[in-house]
Amino acid sequence: MHELSICQSMLSQIEAVARDNRASAVHRVKVQIGPLSGVEPQLLQQAFPIAVAGSIARDAILDIELLPIRIECQQCGGESEATANKLICGHCGHWQTRLLSGDEMLLASLELDRATNKKTATC
Amino acid sequence: MCDTCGCNITSGNRHLLQPAGKLEKTADGKSAVTVLQSLLSENDHQAMHNRQHFDKHGVLAINLMSSPGSGKTALLEATIDALADRYRIAVIEGDLETENDAERIRARGVTAIQIATGSACHLDAHMVHDALHQLNLADYDLIFIENVGNLVCPASFDLGHHHNITLLSVTEGDDKPAKYPVMFRAADLMLLTKTDLLAVLDDFDPQKAEQCLRQLANPAPMLSLSATRQQGLEAWFDWLDDAITSHRGRLEQGETVVPKIQSDGARWHAGEPAHP
Repeated sequence: MHELSICQSMLSQIEAVARDNRASAVHRVKVQIGPLSGVEPQLLQQAFPIAVAGSIARDAILDIELLPIRIECQQCGGESEATANKLICGHCGHWQTRLLSGDEMLLASLELDRATNKKTATC
Repeated sequence: MCDTCGCNITSGNRHLLQPAGKLEKTADGKSAVTVLQSLLSENDHQAMHNRQHFDKHGVLAINLMSSPGSGKTALLEATIDALADRYRIAVIEGDLETENDAERIRARGVTAIQIATGSACHLDAHMVHDALHQLNLADYDLIFIENVGNLVCPASFDLGHHHNITLLSVTEGDDKPAKYPVMFRAADLMLLTKTDLLAVLDDFDPQKAEQCLRQLANPAPMLSLSATRQQGLEAWFDWLDDAITSHRGRLEQGETVVPKIQSDGARWHAGEPAHP
């Protein structure tokens, strides 16, 4: 259960991006998670509100995009999808494969309200 | 990890970055900012910094991972007894509570720094950095980091070390690599421990354990040993000798090595200057 510490690390990145963009609020946080990242999406979803409480992202929605495991065979060169504990080539059955995707743990994008977008009141 | 050169871009997320990609502007007009940064980028920067410390002093750092009770400390005791006159060794111990393991290592005449994580199930690069402040790295050739006993979380955190070693004791079941793929995929070497007990176990097949490791597309060598019965240790010591020799050769070329779990992006940037 290391998802809370991962969320806390993510929050400091969110705060940095929000600062750079002079954002007044963060509405949505999109992350990409692969099955081989060691992160459990459900636990990340539960840990997120705890980590962001009181921060600029306190009302943000966490959007988790699950990425498939894709491998490339070093023998036949074919690409195939695989499961987490069976990374063998779907075409020739060889075990010497290279992971193309499936271990990602990425903060993909943020939706922000930018302070500079706000109209200043005129009288 | 870095977010400037595209090393975080994979076939899974490339579509998000294309011009007029779906993340540019949201339906209700909110600004969308593409980040594509590892969720652990702070940890990874600290880890890179730790690795530079190790490399500057010519130290090889090895991360030991396994279930609780698989014999990490016993392996270290046997290793220190055999190699302490050949290499200057120190150990960083990670446990939730107690100094028990550190005291066992100190009893062998070697410096051991204990990190008590409280309730954290893994070590991270910042904890290891704090421990390094208590060591004069110029005094050591080889540093072992004995991670918290856990087959899940430690695999996700780069500590700044060079190699991951995953222990699997024969009492745990030969299908452990299939059950914990993230951990065993990270192994640069798998050590099958307590193999003296194989004689009394009828349900552990070392070949099946190795087959489960290969199904993770992991070519790491598997060595069998019993630390308490002094069996199979020579092959392990040879592996360590090779690892130290290779590391010194790499350092002379201005290169280093990052543990296996790290993406190619991190590997390409292993030599970049310290993060400000």
